[in-house]
Amino acid sequence: MVAQVTMKDLQSPVEPTWCPGCGDYGILNAVKRALVQLGIQPHQVIFFSGIGCGSKLPDYIRANGFNSLHGRPVPLAQGFKLAHHDMVVIVVDGDGDNYGIGGNHWLHAMRRNINITHIVQNNMVYGLTKGQYAPTSMKGFVSSTSPEGTIEWPVNPIAIALAAGATFVARGFAGDPKYLADLIVKGIQHKGYALIDVFQPCVIFNRINTYDWFRERIYKLDEDPNYDPHDKRMAWEKAHEWGDRIPIGIFYIDEEQPTLEEQIPALAEKPLYQQEIPPKLEDLENLKLMFL
Amino acid sequence: MIKNSVNIKLGGEAGQGVESSGMGFARAIARAGLHIFGVQDYMSRIRGGHNWYQVRVSERPIFAHEPKIQLLLAFDERTIQEHLHELVEGGAVIYDEGLKVDEDEIKAHGVIPMPLPLQRLAEELGGSKLMLNTAAVAAAAGIMEFDLSYPESVIRDNFGRRKGSEIAERNIRVANAAYEEARRRYAHLFEWKLEANPNAPKRMVINGNQALGLGAIAAGCKFCSGYPMTPASSLLEFMFAQARRFNLVVRQAEDEISALLHAIGAAHAGVRAMTCTSGGGFSLMAESLSLAGSTETPVVIVLAQRPGPATGMPTRTEQGELLFSLFAGHGEFPRAVIAPGSVEQCVYEMARAFNIAEKYQMPVIVLTDGFLANSLRSVDMDAIDFRKITENIERGKLILPHEQEKIEQAVLNGYRRFEFTEDGISLRIPPGHPKAVYSVAGEEHIPEGFIDWEERADNRVRMMQKRMKKLDLAAREMKLPLLYGPEDAELTLVCWGSSLGPALEAMERLNGNGIRANLLQFIDIHPLDWDAVEDILSNSRNWVSVESNYSGQLARWIRMNTGLKPAAKVVRYDGRPLNPVYIVERVQEVLAKI
Repeated sequence: MVAQVTMKDLQSPVEPTWCPGCGDYGILNAVKRALVQLGIQPHQVIFFSGIGCGSKLPDYIRANGFNSLHGRPVPLAQGFKLAHHDMVVIVVDGDGDNYGIGGNHWLHAMRRNINITHIVQNNMVYGLTKGQYAPTSMKGFVSSTSPEGTIEWPVNPIAIALAAGATFVARGFAGDPKYLADLIVKGIQHKGYALIDVFQPCVIFNRINTYDWFRERIYKLDEDPNYDPHDKRMAWEKAHEWGDRIPIGIFYIDEEQPTLEEQIPALAEKPLYQQEIPPKLEDLENLKLMFL
Repeated sequence: MIKNSVNIKLGGEAGQGVESSGMGFARAIARAGLHIFGVQDYMSRIRGGHNWYQVRVSERPIFAHEPKIQLLLAFDERTIQEHLHELVEGGAVIYDEGLKVDEDEIKAHGVIPMPLPLQRLAEELGGSKLMLNTAAVAAAAGIMEFDLSYPESVIRDNFGRRKGSEIAERNIRVANAAYEEARRRYAHLFEWKLEANPNAPKRMVINGNQALGLGAIAAGCKFCSGYPMTPASSLLEFMFAQARRFNLVVRQAEDEISALLHAIGAAHAGVRAMTCTSGGGFSLMAESLSLAGSTETPVVIVLAQRPGPATGMPTRTEQGELLFSLFAGHGEFPRAVIAPGSVEQCVYEMARAFNIAEKYQMPVIVLTDGFLANSLRSVDMDAIDFRKITENIERGKLILPHEQEKIEQAVLNGYRRFEFTEDGISLRIPPGHPKAVYSVAGEEHIPEGFIDWEERADNRVRMMQKRMKKLDLAAREMKLPLLYGPEDAELTLVCWGSSLGPALEAMERLNGNGIRANLLQFIDIHPLDWDAVEDILSNSRNWVSVESNYSGQLARWIRMNTGLKPAAKVVRYDGRPLNPVYIVERVQEVLAKI
């Protein structure tokens, strides 16, 4: 009994301010497609975003949203999810948000396996602050804060997610919104934390990792019949493949782990926000006895 | 003979059970119908070092400890070296006869050495030298001729009636033997006695953190997130311990940034939510505090202060973050700051904090400190009336997403989360209803909640006014400082938070010394009707602020808002709690100069 949701239902009155050609359009399109495919209505979903070009997304889709602080949507989303666990909770933030300033929050969200879908718009550069290098910039990337090229290794989001115990680890490409929508659908359907790292070309500040650069290199993991996304060792190997060939798709999935919410007794009956307050006077009076 | 008025100190290394024995003894005395005040002092280490616990006993309610003691229970030699000078003449030291102790030195202080075979009794009758602390407490009861059945009942409760009953019985054997031995040898030498009052009402023995937990739970707080930090940790632990009983979601976050954000997220969903921390953690929360201000999210933050700067003195106490709590966070946004000063106030003010937060849709900071958080007090069971909380839940302009009918009626003309209203407060419908789909933002936003991408000046001005004017309304219901003592006085002590107990007793003592003094306690720090505060303070001939910090932060805050200056400041910033004697001495010094 999937409700009928159309792309039009998800149309926001606010016009995107992204640059023409920005990868974020593809991501927005994929997100909408995924909601349509799953029949998720605007009031049944909430988007938590950070700060950056891509984090403007909640305003550009008709749904609930919370545009928060740089690097902070992940803990905010967790608090919300635990208080209203039948809501579909999606985090959309950028590589600076999630792999830089909010890295610690991300690590711990993954090991909790909270049922949140996490889309990271990874353009390998800081766009909104006009072109500084990012945690995911390739070594040697020249930018206003790395005029002679970066001297740091880039973060490997897929490998970190695998190591941290994420139960759904995927990578998409903003240049292929249809395939990306499919990954987002699977991420939302996944019971537990789902990472979808998205290659998102920044047409202004990243002249290296362009649409063409990605198209020449990427291939889909699910096109290889021998690839088993339940095999963590295979996933680990693919996580480190970078260069002439770069895999996208679902690296790893583990459907067996319980979610955080399932393990919290207070949430067994109904969402926290629906539970009546205050508690019974009798129970409070009994509480006094422990102090006698 | 001096009956039912005594100060007892227990001291030893970390790991020797100083705190648990002290708290157990305090509980036993309270069960006997007497009032207690218990304060601990410990080092930031798990084994070794020197810790002490002090119990003051009285027939009337007491709110502070005293620097002079009558009885010292020393679990090691260092305790005697450290605390011998605190004993009054005629006082006594109980210790194991195996310790290397210079009896002549003790006697030179006019104090009675009372060596006893504590360890031998513990080993022979209990089978473990760990029971030495039981023996010492029982010996103390012996020389005070205190009915041992009260300590016994605490031992039974602590070790369980069923599973651990054998350990309980062994402890009780040790206790009885130590009690008899001490009474036989020394009771006739010791002047101070404890006599049970079986007719006294039932009393709880409770500290500030536990009281905050009671207040939060009674107020319907359903979500608590935190990151362990002394002295706030025991509040987080209390909430964890009650999670099953009261269907709470309690989470230990990866850091304090996340802890506050978790709470803001839960509050955004329509749940009463809190976090608790100390100064270092609160520093990390500053950014999210500002987010709560911008998004008008009601959230309660307990800030249990300890001495800073930086890691400061983790296990000590200070009131050094009054101004920080008022100004933390970037930009200007509304908040309230409330500082309970006693166990009872911790219960009620914590509950009220949730009402203020939800009515005005803003963050509320509840300020305590290590002294208030950890000190144990005996409180009549009836003094905490939960009906006062449960019958006064005020959630303001809130409709929950499953309250279908209410929403249908409220959103006939569409829903704007940050609609401009006369009082600045907008209807709050947490996400989840088809007719109230919206986005909120930490960036400046329009009434619908969308970010104002053009950053228009007129919208900005209206939004700032909308948010800030909530404070004007809130100020009308915030509590003006409470007056204790005579209306007309030559000297007014002005205090906040944990200074209350010591200042109250100091006021009584000053009056006893012929100095007509009263006391003003600020519970609500911000917002306040400052004109009214100015009137109150103008009635005081001389006012002296009493605070556990270096710069007299409340006095500064008062001056900032009223222009009024204190005649003097009594401050303490050595990490130790204020006490009545300290305050009286300093007040008398400053009086001489006024």
